[in-house]
Amino acid sequence: MLASVVFFTHAIKREGAITLKNAPEMIIQRSVAGRRDLIPVSYLDKIQKIRGVSSARCRLWGYYYDPVRGANYTLMVPEKSGYGPGSIVIGEGVSRTRHVYPGDYLGFSAFDGSMIMLQIRDVFSAESELVSSDLILMSEADFRKLFGIQEKEATDIVVRVRNPRELSAIAWKVSDQFPDTRIVLREEILRTYDSIFNWRGGMMVFFLGGTLLAFLIFAWDRASGLSQEEKREIGILKAIGWETSDVILMKFWEGLVISLSAFLAGTILAYCHVFFTHSFLFEPALKGWAVLYPAFKLIPFIDLYQVATLFFLTVVPYTVATIIPSWTAATIDPDTVMRA
Amino acid sequence: MRKSNCFLLYLAGNVLLLLFLFAHAFYQEIHAGPILKANSELVARLELSDLCLFTEASYTRHLTQTDLDTPFQDCPICLEHFPSGSILMPPEMLKRSYGKIN
Repeated sequence: MLASVVFFTHAIKREGAITLKNAPEMIIQRSVAGRRDLIPVSYLDKIQKIRGVSSARCRLWGYYYDPVRGANYTLMVPEKSGYGPGSIVIGEGVSRTRHVYPGDYLGFSAFDGSMIMLQIRDVFSAESELVSSDLILMSEADFRKLFGIQEKEATDIVVRVRNPRELSAIAWKVSDQFPDTRIVLREEILRTYDSIFNWRGGMMVFFLGGTLLAFLIFAWDRASGLSQEEKREIGILKAIGWETSDVILMKFWEGLVISLSAFLAGTILAYCHVFFTHSFLFEPALKGWAVLYPAFKLIPFIDLYQVATLFFLTVVPYTVATIIPSWTAATIDPDTVMRA
Repeated sequence: MRKSNCFLLYLAGNVLLLLFLFAHAFYQEIHAGPILKANSELVARLELSDLCLFTEASYTRHLTQTDLDTPFQDCPICLEHFPSGSILMPPEMLKRSYGKIN
């Protein structure tokens, strides 16, 4: 399980870092009463005039709860779209959940209760599910009609800058001019996904806690001494002429055989679990209450560091923990051990 | 066959399997290059900010776009109740930006 968590989190992090390296440089959101609110389009002109800003545009996106399937979709208006009003492009997850395909119509319940029927023109490829599974692209006119958003409002503003080194200075200027805004920089997006599932997150605490507890119980068991059977075995070995060093060496090899077998089998099984069976053991925890769950296939990003970490977490502590009590037992008089 | 030979065979089999998996990972990584590039271009074209890992709650669907209030949006004393919310950590930047605003 520990190896599965290590492989899974590392693969997600690497894939996230590569995929999101082209995320918007700066996103400006408006916050009202502690909640994100629509941003006035009038902000755009002032932001574009800030020195260092190469371009800025308003984004329109939001969520739509599908009462038919109980799934949540992300609705978005692309900057450039090959299709006009009345058409949508959907993610593979949406297609799978609703059993709809290019040419079909998908109905949306608008803010005023009316139904809007939009024709599916295309479906994103299954390979892009990690970013597009729940995505629905539509025209600006359809989006505004669906949610009743006025022309003078947008969801947020994305900004491109001439020199990436000026990002923080520009962010400071924006937040100075518009104190009701919150700024998200690309480096923060990348950092967020780099620290995703870190050790303080629920899943990691659960697995690491379980592993640590198991090891503590084992260490306690070993430290409290060997069983009578094991002591007798050591006593007999010493009685027939084995040296203390021979006993320790034998116990070392015994510990190594067990821990190395467990390490190899665990690593192989974890790899198969994460990269061949799509982490089916984690799926219930990751899926939660979601109806639409992306069926993405993770790319195996394995490096020596991960394998070495697993090796030192499993083989070394076990081997060390078996040697110490054996050394204690091997130094006792064999006659006393066998008579006990 | 001696038990030690059996174990050595088992060990050799496991090592071979592990090496095969390493080779598989290497091949997959190379093979995935165009897919990753296409996804990265899609992110750039649509100006996406997040990975689609969880769809049950807005603050885990768009982790970087969330704020500290979103998980408690139903009412001020409501507890966060989506499983994915307990798996993910809130983004570090939230502490920074909120610290500045407040």
